[in-house]
Amino acid sequence: MKNQIRQIFHSPKFTVGFIIFAALLVLTVFYPLIVTNDPLEMVGQGNFFKPGTYISVSEAVNTNPYTLNLNASSSRLEQNLSMEERMAMADWLNQFAGISSKEMDVTDAGGLVSLWKDHYDSASEQKGLIAARKKYFSRLDKKITGLLEDTDVLLAEKNQETGEVSVKKTIPSTSYVNVKDVGSRRVFILGTDNFGRDVLTELVAAIKTSLKIGFIAGLIATTIGLSLGLIAGYLGGIIDDFILFITNLFTVIPSFILLILISYSIGKNARGVMMVAIIIGLTSWTWTTRSVRSQVISLRNRDHVNLSKLSGHSLFRIILTDILPYIASYVVMALILQISSGILAEAQLSMIGLGPATTTVSTLGLMMNWAMSYSAHLNGDWWAYFPVIISIALISFSLNLMNTGLDQIFNPQLRE
Amino acid sequence: MGYKKYYTNKIIWYLITLVIAVVLNFILPRLMPGDPVSAIAARAVDGMTDSTAIQAVYEDYADKFGVNLPMSTQFLIFIKNALRGDFGVSFSQYPRTVGNIIASSVWWTVCLQLPAILLGWILGNVLGAVSAYKKGIFDKGILPAFLFMSNVPAFGMATVLLYVFSLKLGLAPSSGGYGFDLIPSASITFFRSVLAHYQLPFWSVVLITVGGQAIGMRSMSIYELNADYVKYSRFMGIKDRKIVGYVFRNAMLPQITGLAMSIGTMIGGALVAEIIFSYPGLGTTLLAAVKGRDYPLISACTLIITIMVLLANLIVELIYGVIDPRIKAAQQD
Repeated sequence: MKNQIRQIFHSPKFTVGFIIFAALLVLTVFYPLIVTNDPLEMVGQGNFFKPGTYISVSEAVNTNPYTLNLNASSSRLEQNLSMEERMAMADWLNQFAGISSKEMDVTDAGGLVSLWKDHYDSASEQKGLIAARKKYFSRLDKKITGLLEDTDVLLAEKNQETGEVSVKKTIPSTSYVNVKDVGSRRVFILGTDNFGRDVLTELVAAIKTSLKIGFIAGLIATTIGLSLGLIAGYLGGIIDDFILFITNLFTVIPSFILLILISYSIGKNARGVMMVAIIIGLTSWTWTTRSVRSQVISLRNRDHVNLSKLSGHSLFRIILTDILPYIASYVVMALILQISSGILAEAQLSMIGLGPATTTVSTLGLMMNWAMSYSAHLNGDWWAYFPVIISIALISFSLNLMNTGLDQIFNPQLRE
Repeated sequence: MGYKKYYTNKIIWYLITLVIAVVLNFILPRLMPGDPVSAIAARAVDGMTDSTAIQAVYEDYADKFGVNLPMSTQFLIFIKNALRGDFGVSFSQYPRTVGNIIASSVWWTVCLQLPAILLGWILGNVLGAVSAYKKGIFDKGILPAFLFMSNVPAFGMATVLLYVFSLKLGLAPSSGGYGFDLIPSASITFFRSVLAHYQLPFWSVVLITVGGQAIGMRSMSIYELNADYVKYSRFMGIKDRKIVGYVFRNAMLPQITGLAMSIGTMIGGALVAEIIFSYPGLGTTLLAAVKGRDYPLISACTLIITIMVLLANLIVELIYGVIDPRIKAAQQD
């Protein structure tokens, strides 16, 4: 046993898969210890806030400012002028101010804007431009003027009794706050989702639930598959024919369809996380049955099994001591594959709208489903669904790598 | 003589499977607590207070769907209607019939998935064979890349392609089966629009299929390349090119069975990928049916998908019979 484990970790594929999987497990265990927020707390008012650090504006203006002699307008220009707008400006300058495109550089917003300020005149004729386009350019000009402004911002205060507004503070464009000085802030490493929940915290909780679903589904499927395979393979005869028939039947009838039918039929109220896991387990045992059965058939006439039979050992004991140890590696590999396909099945089921009907926990499939329902994929809110996909892919990749590694150890033929 | 027996056996077996699939499709929803009809009726009577009126509505619904009849009679009616393609009227898209909705979406799915799965399978086999024979970059670079991709679920690959090619690069339309400003017709504009909308769903299925097929083909090819007949052929001085032909023909056989066994899983995954693109196929229809609690439509969708999978399996097995001469030999004994 000890030797075998050492051998397993000599396989680079298994080790890499194991490390990825273990890292995910460690993340689900330790992350909640550090970030103790409720993963489903709806922090944001509104959907899909970008990833980043959010600091309180009212606290920022009241924080002690530092004066930095930086040209704020140039970085503002870089931030706020989109590529499209710059292209339009370059086009205009080329057409109506006769500046060749070589003299302009759209990546340098500052240079482009100074050229624009020198040449643009909304009153000029601009031959060949439709009115809407002319208005677009004059709006663009106003925007640039706004961006270039460096006047102080006034902070006003309303008198409670008289209702008069008086200047409380002026903020010059050269004043800065240190983010560390602002107490009220929240970092959303992966932004927020459609309900305003912190995606990263939710994702970690979802990975945990999905892994649980995978484990339960895998255990159920493996138990059913193993028992049926052992019975069919060892007993043979009419029982074998019957089990093989049922197995073949459920191999061809797509399990995804059975999943949909059962999940829909049991109704929303009964469909908790546990229930979904059980249903997935009940519909995905056929592969294990097949491989266990064929293994047992090749084992059942070996000498040591016959010897056991002659010694009068019970059926249970023969299976337990003479057959199970030989197929243990297959069963473990089957379990690993079942876990990964169980997680995928939950995700697909949730995408159809038949996943766990719960609001108290999140799963990878439900996160995906909500992101899609709110069209995150069409609005480019990548942080709401890419991390979910990457998590599913990483779990499945690591489990498959472990499986391949084990396969190469237990089937020497596959070694290179 | 041998083929006839093989084919008859296979077809009979698939007919039995079909019958059982239909029975499951019929019985599973009815086995569960709370029959669908009372759920529908409950929605209709929502807000009503008069108990005799509620009773009347329940009875009306029960009559309409025939849930008062004995199970066996219900089943016979179900079969009779299903054979005529009559699955009743859709709840969520009233007054369209379910048959009509299915008929308009099933070909989108077939035309998307059949070529995609086939191309993925072929590319996978070529990649597997080449990486077993040539090694090098194929074995160490391209194959592992596709293997990683095969772990991404179909809907995941769909969103990635959507983000990159539609949102960022603007090379392909983001949703639907054809331009929203067009009505289906036999014009060139319509055809081009369909083709443009076809690309992303198609490639998302192809890309995730390749890896799984390639790894299977690779290990089969390595196994065959080390077989005695290959060494013997080399001693005989047969050209490498010819031997490789033999090897890959033999290695292909388990791949064909593999295709038959995994076709159900692949179709399930690809159906979900359709949802991402709002592709007008069965997957999107199924989602709409679940959202609208449209029981007749869900039932018809699952039935038609099962039939599609069974048919695909049957065809693969029949082709297998032609390709593998051992089948013929075994049947003649």
